[in-house]
Order: sequence, then C-alpha cells, then structure tokens
Amino acid sequence: MYAQMVKSDGPSDAELSPEERAFQARIDAGEKIEPKEWMPEGYRKTLIRQIGQHAHSEIVGQLPEGNWITRAPTLERKAILLAKVQDEAGHGLYLYSAAETLGVSRDELFEKLHSGKMKYSSIFNYPTLSWADMGAIGWLVDGAAIMNQVPLQRTSYGPYARAMVRICKEESFHQRQGYSIMMKMARGTEAQREMAQDALNRFWYPSLMMFGPSDKDSVHSAQSMAWKIKMNTNDELRQKFVDETVPQAEYLGLTVPDPDLSWNEDRGHYDFTQPDWDEFFEVLRGNGPCNEERLGARVKAWDDGAWFRDGLNAYADKAAARRLAAKTAAE
Amino acid sequence: MPSLPDMTTPKVETLGGGTGVEQDPHVSDAALRAPFFDWLCRMGDNTLILSHRLSEWCGHGPALEEDIALANTALDLIGHTQMWLALAGEVEGQGRSADDLAYLRDVMTFRNVQLLELPNGDMARTTMRQFLFDAFHAALLEKLSGSTSLRVAGIAAKALKEVTYHLERSSDLVVRLGDGTEDSHARMQTTLDAFWPYTGEMFLGDDVDAAMAEAGIAPPPQDLRPEWDRVIREVLDEATLAIPERRADVHKGGKTGRHTEHLGYILAEMQFLQRAYPGASW
Amino acid sequence: MKKEWPLWEVFIRGQHGLNHRHVGSLHAPDAEMAINNARDVYTRRKEGVSIWVVPSSEITASKPSDKGPLFDPAEDKVYRHPTFFDIPDDVGHM
Repeated sequence: MYAQMVKSDGPSDAELSPEERAFQARIDAGEKIEPKEWMPEGYRKTLIRQIGQHAHSEIVGQLPEGNWITRAPTLERKAILLAKVQDEAGHGLYLYSAAETLGVSRDELFEKLHSGKMKYSSIFNYPTLSWADMGAIGWLVDGAAIMNQVPLQRTSYGPYARAMVRICKEESFHQRQGYSIMMKMARGTEAQREMAQDALNRFWYPSLMMFGPSDKDSVHSAQSMAWKIKMNTNDELRQKFVDETVPQAEYLGLTVPDPDLSWNEDRGHYDFTQPDWDEFFEVLRGNGPCNEERLGARVKAWDDGAWFRDGLNAYADKAAARRLAAKTAAE
Repeated sequence: MPSLPDMTTPKVETLGGGTGVEQDPHVSDAALRAPFFDWLCRMGDNTLILSHRLSEWCGHGPALEEDIALANTALDLIGHTQMWLALAGEVEGQGRSADDLAYLRDVMTFRNVQLLELPNGDMARTTMRQFLFDAFHAALLEKLSGSTSLRVAGIAAKALKEVTYHLERSSDLVVRLGDGTEDSHARMQTTLDAFWPYTGEMFLGDDVDAAMAEAGIAPPPQDLRPEWDRVIREVLDEATLAIPERRADVHKGGKTGRHTEHLGYILAEMQFLQRAYPGASW
Repeated sequence: MKKEWPLWEVFIRGQHGLNHRHVGSLHAPDAEMAINNARDVYTRRKEGVSIWVVPSSEITASKPSDKGPLFDPAEDKVYRHPTFFDIPDDVGHM
C-alpha cells in the first residue's frame, strides 16, 4: 500500500502498563485519539512512520503521472490529469499536516525522505511508458490505494482519520478517470488496444505488491491492527482488489497477465499468482527501475526551491518588523 | 462540486442547445473572418503555451503549497484556451475543434508572444514571466469584457475573475522575492532584465489588431500600455526592483508566427500522441 | 538560512452561511500568503466563500484530561433540550 511494511513499536500485551491498558480500552471502544492526549510512545512513532510514508508516496506519486501531463493528447485530458496530480500534492499536504500533530515537522519528514531513511510506496518506482499507463495507474494504483484508504477513514487517530475522509472524497474521481482512459484505449484503434494491454501487463503485479507481503503472522501488523491504525491484513485487501478488478478487466476486453487466475467457487474468490516478492524487496532497497529518478527529482525540487522559501521568509520577517516599527512610531 | 471538467455531464455549451448562446453577428461575418480567427488564436495560444509551461512544474515546485497554486493557474489557463480556440474554430468555419487547433498546427501558425514560450528556468523566471503577462492579460480582459462581440465579452468576463487572482498572486510574489534575501532580489532583477526586451511584443499592433479595434471587438494593444506601465511600476517599486533601461520591443514576431527555438520543442512534446496516432480518439 | 514556513490552521465558511469550520493546516511565510495558499489548497472544489487563518502556535486548546470536568456537567441538564417537555398534541406545533 502507500504505507508498506511499517514497523510497529508496540509492547506485548503482558507488559501493558495501566495507562496503556486504558488507552487500548479507549481504542477498543471506538474512541478517537486526539493530538495532545496521552498515547504510548510506540503508537506515536508507528503513526509518524506510517503517515509519513503515506505522505511521501503521495508526492513521489506525482512524478510518474506528472511525466505525461505535457504529453496529454487533448486539452480536456490534460486538465483532468493535471488536476489529478495536483490532488496528490494536496493529499501529501493533508497527510504531512496530520503527522505534524504528532510532533514532527514537515521539513524533518522531507529530510528523512531525501536521505533515504523513510520510504515511499514501491509502485512509484515503475516507469510510465505510454499514455495507457495513465489509465492503468488511475484504475489499478488508485484503485488499490482506495481499498486501503476507505477503511482508514475509521482509524483511531483523529487527524489521520479526518485527512483520510478528505482524501477519499477527493479521490473518488481518480480511479474513474483512469478507467475512462482505459475504456477509450481498449475500444480505440488496434495500437491503442495494444498499449492498454501492455499497460495492464506491466502494472498488474506491481499493483498487487502495493499491499505488501503477507502479514498474517506479523507481530507489527497485529499491533497496528490492535491500535486500529491498520484495519485489514494485506492479504485481505489484495484478495478484495483482485476480486473487484478482474471483472473490470474483462469488461475492457483485456487479459490479466496471470495464466493461473481462476474463480474459486468454494472460496468465493479468485485464485491468483503472487507477485515476485524478490523484485519487491529489490525495489524497496532502492533498485527499482526509477528509484534514482524519483528520489532525485524530489531532492532537486527541494534544493532548487531553497532560495525561494528563504526569500519569502525574509520578506515576511522584514514586513513584520516594519509593521512593528510603524506601530511603535504611532504610539 | 468538482472544479474540473466533469466527464459524466455533457458540456454546458451543448446543453444550451444553441439557444443559450449569445447571438453574435461578428462570429459569422465573412469580412472579419481572417483577422478574427488570427486574433482568437493569439488569445488561445498565449494561454495554451503559458499553461503548458506552468504544468511542467507539477510535482517539482519549491513547496507543496506553491506546487498546488501553480497547477491552479495552469488549469485556469487551459480552460481559457478551450474557450478561445473553440471560438476560433467556429469563426474559421472549417470544422476545426479547439483540440485540432492546439494539437495539429505547426510552429509558424502559432500566435503566442515569445515571452510565454521561454523555458521555466527557476521560480524567479516563472514568477516574473507570470507577472509581466498577468498585468497585460488582466488589462486586456478588462477591456474585452466590454467587447462588441458578445462571445468574446462572455469569455473575457469569466477569464477576468481568474486572471485578477493570478495578477494578485504574482504581484505579491514579485514583491516578496524582490524584497526578500539578497539572492532572491538578484535573481528577480536578473530575470527582469532578461525578459524586458520580450515585453514590448504584447503592445505591438498590426493589421489584425486594427481590424479588431475597428470592429469594436478588441482594443488596440498599444492602448493597454499605460495601465500595464502603472501596475508594473507600482509593483516593481515595492519589490525594490529597477525597471531596465533598455528597449522592450527587441524580441518579437510570435504574434505573426516567428518564434524562438523553444516553441518547436513544446509542440513536439505536446502534440506527440496526436501526431503519432492520427485520427485516434482519446 | 534554514527555517520552515510557520504552520497555520485554516477555517473556511462554506457556501451556506454556516460558521467557519476547521478544514486543515498548511505552511506559509505570513498571514497574507497563508490566505492565498488556503485558497489554492482548500477551495479547489469551490468549498468556501470566506477563509480565516490562524497561526497554529496561537491556538489554545482545552486539556484532554479536563474532558470530564469540562463537559460531563452538561450531561444531566436535560431540561435544556426541547424534547424534555411534553406538550399535548392538541396544542399544535410549538
């Protein structure tokens, strides 16, 4: 997902202090935890890691699609794509704001992203090679993200839940715009149909990877679920994604690149092939096809913008000083 | 309500079924057709090329807030482009859509001023270019909202609201960066000096402009100069930036299809899909 | 110089004449820019007609630990609510 393999700093149940026990009871009762309230240090740290990684994914996620804004084939498609990628920046901003209520600054989080200490979703290290990729990303990547984000609207941390509500509301058009591109392509010329199939071929498994490796036996996952900052296991969400997406691919007349994909009547779900987890870990380690470009672009934007941010700060300071001087003179 | 083109609802213009559209004899005036078409391309190409440059910033802005603001401006300008070029196609009467005009013309038939096709460079260049154009654009749209062409007046009135905000924002940034740090001041002054020789083109009138003025559709561009000068002086003064003492009308020709080398690369990128897959629907 | 733009809390009045509502936060060098940024960030979908910005550092919040003493006393003042009073249907709308 946008936050993959977030390590959780939780104590085991036996060691719970009375405070921690009361905290857990509040969460179990469905109460929201708000910024200045007492919370276990592990809860705070885990949330910072998770929300931060989610925020990073939003802004790094601008880049693969941003690639095609200047090549969008019509004025309307250009406006829609630009608005969509702009929304990702907004979502990053909302999430950084949520993280900031936990006592970490946006600049600190940026620094951790830029130095590689914090990660972003593996999916954004794959290249966007054709216009159909804009369709595939909206349909598959945003589709996978929504699957995770909808339940997170009920997460235990108030500011995170509220950011998620806002994001889900705005994001409802993202997946649809992707699917609408896919429909055009799949029903277009032979070349367009081929592009659409190729995009599905390349983005299918990376999309499945977005949910992260199976975590049904992971202690981190168990702790995060107890804290309600993770609402479902990775496998549950992945299965739900496959079940919803396969019929959508069939409607497009495209083939999911998995020869073993089949409906399992007993389970009431599709059986499908797991992605190559070795590839996933390579990408996470920084060896994906576009890791260098993506992180490089973010670092460059930040470094190149330093004089701009400083200039505006300097003016604000001067203007404040001038206002103060004028006020003093008037008195 | 979404602020962007809605894919599920038909276009508002078509909903009107022709009855909602203002009657505008200029649109079908054969004698006016050639200059009117050219003039509308100037309007639409200016916003098309500037919005294209601004959209290049998406994901690369100096702060998230600025990234989002730049995209808003670009989105406004894409909207203006759709309106101006659609009207241009209608006036031309050859059945060309706004997309046909944007994606299937070559450099020599583009009519934007050269200033707008220059590469983004740093935020000093992007901000200064925006300000120099916004001040012209706002003054022009203000006049156009009283155009004898009701279609032109309608587009201008809608665009003016957005451009008023663009100018407010770019003026504010010019002041802040000009009167910011030594570094930001130097960058803004250098940029202003470099761009100054491009600014004159906005105010050069030719036969097309004369025909538009005579028909009462648009003001002669030179008439916009005093208002532009006033705004520029006021803002640059507050920004502690010096107006360059050099000719403003050195680099020109964009309005008649003589461009810098940069426009060709913009079009190569922008038009790639339409050119590579002719006739496809997207 | 390496200083982060200060954090601002953004309040927006929607279209229907309601109170300004907290919608989120953002960074800006000063109040004027915070207003502009709020316009660009938080009203992309026509969410509002008026914006307030307040430096986050200027917000004073009630203590979470005081939740009981501050808010529980209102719990038993049921007579403050109209449904507390039974008015016979014959009286008509009141």
